[in-house]
Amino acid sequence: MNHFPHGWGRPRDDVYGAYNHAYLQPDGSKQHTQSPIVTGTSVIAVKFKDGVVIAADNLASYGSLARFTDVKRLRRFNSRVVLGFGGDVSDMQHLDRLLSTLSIREDYSSTASESDNAARELNARNLHTYLAKVMYKRRSEFNPLWNAILVVGLDGESQPFLATVDLLGTTFSAPTLATGFGAHLAQPILRRAVPDEAAVAEMTREKAVGVVRECMKVLFYRDARSIDKYSMAVVEKEKEVELVEDEQLEQQSWAFAEGIKGYGTQTV
Amino acid sequence: MTSIGTGYDLSNSVFSPDGRNFQVEYAVKAVENGGTAIGIRCKDGVVLALEKLIHSRLLKKDANKRIATVDRKVGVVSAGLLPDGRHFVSRARDEAAQWRSIYKSPIPTSSLADRMGGYVQAYTLYSSVRPFGVTAIVGGWDSEAELGVDGQVGSGPKVGAGGKREGAKSGGPYLYMIEPSGLYWGYYGAATGKGRQAAKAELEKLNLADGEISLEQGVKEAARIIYVAHEDSKDKEFELEMTWVSSLEGPTKGHHQEVPKALREEAERLAKKSLEPEDEEEEARVEGGDRMEE
Repeated sequence: MNHFPHGWGRPRDDVYGAYNHAYLQPDGSKQHTQSPIVTGTSVIAVKFKDGVVIAADNLASYGSLARFTDVKRLRRFNSRVVLGFGGDVSDMQHLDRLLSTLSIREDYSSTASESDNAARELNARNLHTYLAKVMYKRRSEFNPLWNAILVVGLDGESQPFLATVDLLGTTFSAPTLATGFGAHLAQPILRRAVPDEAAVAEMTREKAVGVVRECMKVLFYRDARSIDKYSMAVVEKEKEVELVEDEQLEQQSWAFAEGIKGYGTQTV
Repeated sequence: MTSIGTGYDLSNSVFSPDGRNFQVEYAVKAVENGGTAIGIRCKDGVVLALEKLIHSRLLKKDANKRIATVDRKVGVVSAGLLPDGRHFVSRARDEAAQWRSIYKSPIPTSSLADRMGGYVQAYTLYSSVRPFGVTAIVGGWDSEAELGVDGQVGSGPKVGAGGKREGAKSGGPYLYMIEPSGLYWGYYGAATGKGRQAAKAELEKLNLADGEISLEQGVKEAARIIYVAHEDSKDKEFELEMTWVSSLEGPTKGHHQEVPKALREEAERLAKKSLEPEDEEEEARVEGGDRMEE
């Protein structure tokens, strides 16, 4: 996936040629979502020994306009699941409501006593499976929910869980994940810190948080649809979810910008 | 019943000449045979309690819960015909879900009571249906915090027109009781079922209108009242089922939940003790209310 959300899920013009509108007239008939409108950019996450760290900035862009600057794109689902949404913000809201309906219905059917309540709550793996089915159904109706989602938390065995699902219903799981531009810019940095599951066992929470902060900074430097305010959540075994929604990028240095040539009004 | 229907009791939706609907009155009779159910509106929450009569030794203990949750912050307990109570809850959940899908926020307890009142009343109007054989007690906590709509992502402009009243308070504990006729009132304390008379007498002694009683006191009183109400049918075994819903700062954080086992057992212990023959020393200790740590 690249950074041009309007291109997501479409045949690439450079491979297949421009679409010939003679085949299908869009006017008059029912139109499904052709492109996202208000969008959020990357979401990044990394597993560590006892949990997962996830972060996303607080911006919702309207095209290239930084339209909404305090948008919370990380959503706590329950005591052990957090979701991070990239892509269309209204579709994210739709999913948010869908999930709260789901959680209310789940609570109706669980007659658990307080002691084993946590065991019956939906875990991160359950939620990822559910979302994957919702997303795949919608793309099969040619009416996708235009999001790239990271599901982080603990699975049924209380082990750290991190997986993604996108607008096509594609699922993927890895020790580090990033959506949108982050897949290009943050993922290599995250992978250097946590190359595989073996490295997860060595990773501490502090180091994981550190590398995520570093990635958020890189993303702000290089992603023109980003902002320096972000949210970060940590899901850890036997702890409540910690979700901070007003983080500020510290210690920025724009010295490198001086050296960049080749765009704007500069003469190279 | 003082008079029989003399033909006017055979169909719903038919009045007798002196203006009564006998089918509804018979439904009330069905309620009066059910296990006692009570609700107490405390200053920081609502307690619901039920005397669940055990009709078979083959039933698993503490299973088959009877007090249901609607949405997240409303509890429903009913006395009367069990399946009617189930259907009542199912409809209440549908109403709550529908409210959410329209307004993107939880249904206020008052609106839920209103809708359910209307629903129950409709079952007194047609000859093809019978009235509900339950009286339901609906207790909930309406959030005192300013709630965003479901799925809200940001906080919006910090300045400008918002139409907010300075210092306005909203939310709080709510308690309603809906009868087979569809009649409902808001209560400080509500009781229905077999032991309702004794329970009401006890509830009146609590001066609930003063809004002094705390949720934990409410739990203990509720347990005691169910035990008092059970005195008349002592030969039958029963289980005490109790749920509560508190403020956002309280023990349930605005959710309707079962009262924790430890607290319920403590409340039962005190309830049993209070029913034992007078013993000055013991009584003083109970009144002092050794608090449970939360």
